Amino acid sequence: MSERKLTFREAINEALRLEMRRDPRVIVLGEDVAGGANIPHLEEKNDEAFGGPLGVTKGLVTEFGRGRVIDTPISESAIMGAAVGSALTGLRPVAELMFIDFLGVCLDQISNQGGKFRYMFGGKAEVPMVVRTTIGAGLCAAAQHSGSYYSVFTHYPGLKVVVPATPYDAKGLLISAIRDPDPVIFCEHKMLYDVAGTCPEEEYIIPLGAADVKRAGKDVTIVATARMLHFALEAAEELATSGVDAEVVDLRSLSPLDEDAILESVKKTHRIAVVDEDNPRCGLAGDIVAFVAQFAFDDLDAPPVTVTVPHTPVPFSPALEAAYLPDAAKIAAAVRSLF
Amino acid sequence: MTQQMTREVALWIYERMCLIRNLEERVVDGVMKGKIPGFAHVYAGEEAIAAGACAQLTERDYITSTHRGHGHCISKGVDVKKMAAELYGKATGACKGKGGSMHIADIDKGMLGANGIVGAGGPIACGSALSAKTRMTDQVTVCFFGDGAAEQGTMHESMNFASILKLPLVFVCEHNVYGEATPASYHCSVGDICARGAAYNIPGVKIDGTDAFAVYEAVGEAVARAREGKGPSLIEAKAFRYYGHYVGDPATYMTKEEIDGYRATDPIDKFRARLLRDGLALAADLEKIDARVLETLEEALAYAESSPWPAPQEVLGDVYAVYNRQRR
Repeated sequence: MSERKLTFREAINEALRLEMRRDPRVIVLGEDVAGGANIPHLEEKNDEAFGGPLGVTKGLVTEFGRGRVIDTPISESAIMGAAVGSALTGLRPVAELMFIDFLGVCLDQISNQGGKFRYMFGGKAEVPMVVRTTIGAGLCAAAQHSGSYYSVFTHYPGLKVVVPATPYDAKGLLISAIRDPDPVIFCEHKMLYDVAGTCPEEEYIIPLGAADVKRAGKDVTIVATARMLHFALEAAEELATSGVDAEVVDLRSLSPLDEDAILESVKKTHRIAVVDEDNPRCGLAGDIVAFVAQFAFDDLDAPPVTVTVPHTPVPFSPALEAAYLPDAAKIAAAVRSLF
Repeated sequence: MTQQMTREVALWIYERMCLIRNLEERVVDGVMKGKIPGFAHVYAGEEAIAAGACAQLTERDYITSTHRGHGHCISKGVDVKKMAAELYGKATGACKGKGGSMHIADIDKGMLGANGIVGAGGPIACGSALSAKTRMTDQVTVCFFGDGAAEQGTMHESMNFASILKLPLVFVCEHNVYGEATPASYHCSVGDICARGAAYNIPGVKIDGTDAFAVYEAVGEAVARAREGKGPSLIEAKAFRYYGHYVGDPATYMTKEEIDGYRATDPIDKFRARLLRDGLALAADLEKIDARVLETLEEALAYAESSPWPAPQEVLGDVYAVYNRQRR
């Protein structure tokens, strides 16, 4: 494997670029995904275009033009509906929902339209669309730009939900998501964009619904995703110094869910902690714990423990945001309580 | 530019209108007798809009529909037997019994789905129009929506979106006077919804939605404009629905005089009279069609009634992510 390193942001950009080269049906649409439409000096020199406030789609318009990298008005329902309708009629749109918190202004088009068509139309429709969206706190962006509502999308049976933690996984999972025949919600954690990691130049796919053991261990299973995965790995190193050998399972996809990987790990370690940046009520952490309780109860030597944000909106102040978020120390403390 | 309606088109429209009316009357009967489960919203009184508009489309063109979608399905060529079976919830239905009245779709026929959410078709129509534009085909999308949907944000977003991207899209507002039980005189900020075209810099025209000739002509111009890459249009077709919002709605908000007044200008009677007057059809042609319509419906309903229920395991099929361990 190549030792080339890319940031999480660059890995996503590269996945989009490779798929757009490979398949003319792939388009990118959203607010400022190119930027500068109708502004003469940018129309002429597209390489200077904005590429989104977070810069993830930068440069795509230079290579693929404004016919395939489409700036839209700030109309999230129209954007998501345009993705649904174009996916239904032969394209493979990648639509951007700038922040997952904006789901409230377009959820109907995602969950009630695109997410239900295949089932509701008796299996005769496919909606191969991807919604790229950002999740997570850490930028003091406050309550309306810092949420992690992947559990909301996972709750809808018609959607696939992907939550990558590393540049390598982000690239391979996004390529899979674009090639998938069904709607995929692709969640990018804002605090991971500048994290670098090994990422080969060539195209490769990581199947949706395959978890990855990021650290093997025998004493306890820590399940985590996205930024929490990195905190879990830190916690595992800290726990190792006190003789606790933690296994860290990165779910990568929340829907489909790699149930076998969770059970396999728990049957080995007999203890489980689930880390989740989404709110705890009716959410991911509770779901995984319920699953383990239902299917591996007799394998457990201790009650499962969860490490989540509190059931509040995300606060603004750095002091409050830090108190809100799980971190390595909180995870390590929770894991120690299992012994 | 007025497009002359040919005899062939006229007879096609007439047959579609009669099929819709007859189906809807049987749907009312079927729901009231408990044979057709769930919610049904019937299109009787608005037949000229779907039939007149779809007469301007090819099978490759797209439409998005509404909760009152039976007329759109028939006009876009969805098989009437499969439609009927879907209404009954049978395994042989257009959606294998998983959709029902509000979700009949046939993507191969360009029918992108009836829709249970008022105003949801607008954004989806933007998508199919964007798809045609991106693939550089000449396919046009017609988005049918009601006067009630005109007040949804999605429709406003869609008209702006389609306008700025110059999408090949025709918005056809089926103004049937009421949004559920609330009259447009109350729920709508303007007397004529077509006036809103100005807000999106697209043509907005008002037509008599009970006159299939007027619909055919106006949609023809808008479709031609869309195919030429000149962007979307808004057509407001004024009509009326003969029944309440849903089958079983006592419709106390509609007066008898009002209903009788509209029925006096029935779209099918009016079209039939004009066909005979203009010599586009002979009485014998229309009688032959009337007989064929009855036959088609008898056959469709018999098919629906005799078809099997879907097997229980069908509940788990056609989902995106399969879970091996059922948690229930």
